[in-house]
Amino acid sequence: MKYIEPHGHMVSRTTDDYEKLALSGCEAICEPAFWAGFDRSSADGFYDYFRQLTEYEPKRAAKYGIKHYCWLCINPKEADDPGFAREVMSLIPQFLDCPTVLGIGEIGLNKNTRNELRIFEEHVQLALDRDLPILIHTPHLEDKLKGTRLILDSLASFSKLDRGKVIIDHVEEHTISHVLDAGYWAGMTLYPESKCTPHRAIDMLEIYGTDRLWMNSACDWGHSDPLAVPKCALEMKRRNHTPEDIEKIVYQNPRKFLSQSPRFTE
Amino acid sequence: MPSKKDLLDLQFIDARHMLINLAAFLDRIDRHQGDDDYRYAALKNALPLLLTDRPDRARAVLESFSDHSLEVSDSAPFQGAFGAALPERKLMVEG
Repeated sequence: MKYIEPHGHMVSRTTDDYEKLALSGCEAICEPAFWAGFDRSSADGFYDYFRQLTEYEPKRAAKYGIKHYCWLCINPKEADDPGFAREVMSLIPQFLDCPTVLGIGEIGLNKNTRNELRIFEEHVQLALDRDLPILIHTPHLEDKLKGTRLILDSLASFSKLDRGKVIIDHVEEHTISHVLDAGYWAGMTLYPESKCTPHRAIDMLEIYGTDRLWMNSACDWGHSDPLAVPKCALEMKRRNHTPEDIEKIVYQNPRKFLSQSPRFTE
Repeated sequence: MPSKKDLLDLQFIDARHMLINLAAFLDRIDRHQGDDDYRYAALKNALPLLLTDRPDRARAVLESFSDHSLEVSDSAPFQGAFGAALPERKLMVEG
């Protein structure tokens, strides 16, 4: 079964994981810029990180026949210092013309602060100025509901925003309807402990349908599983979902959203 | 779509396992020394939701753990999330 992993942090994964992804049918992987587990002390650290995302990871993935794309931004966790965040943001335009950069992401909120919101909105404006898709991170655990509401309120102030070019990720049962009802795409992240289990993600597919939804592993340095998407596809099969519905959610939907970037050629 | 019986065949043992694990966790906290905190209270507060007949128990449990405060601070007083809203956040809702 071929599939697309639309959200994985491969800088934190081993080369063996690329092999496992290839063996399980992964055709393409998309890597949003994120918090790498510790705060970087200077903008230079981000310059190196953006080079890693745009130069090194595509080559590492290509050795296993996987296409690698990325999204660029300063993540919300490190965006609570606006001066520092703007210094990092000033680096982004020089990378936006790289052939594997899809858009701006994963921007969003972490602790739902005004500083984070300001930088979030500046990223949205950058994406609008460049006509780029946007990938949005919603906060963790108890902060998710409030953060999702703040993000939706903020996005509503951008009158020229095409909501079909925005995906709001890490939705759960208490946020998914807010996102879909507002006309955005929604991403379900399959994690072993937090976010969604495969069972719960499939429940949401059964309740909300398969339009404007994708699933991802968001595999990173923490407790996560790079094979979460194909494992969830297997669970869908066990629950009598048709091969067509499975292919739609793990391949056609991410392909449809990501193809809004002309750089995505899967 | 699977029937109720199909789902029970597929998932009952897993659900039973998770429920016993939760019961054992509550026993473990009660058995050990020291004070519990707002997270334990939040967990116990969510448990009655499981026995309701509403069709969206998972959503209700997630909402019960959520920060419902409306104010937005300039910067984060701390980093990290712990799974349940801090008691002062809860008070803001109830107050």
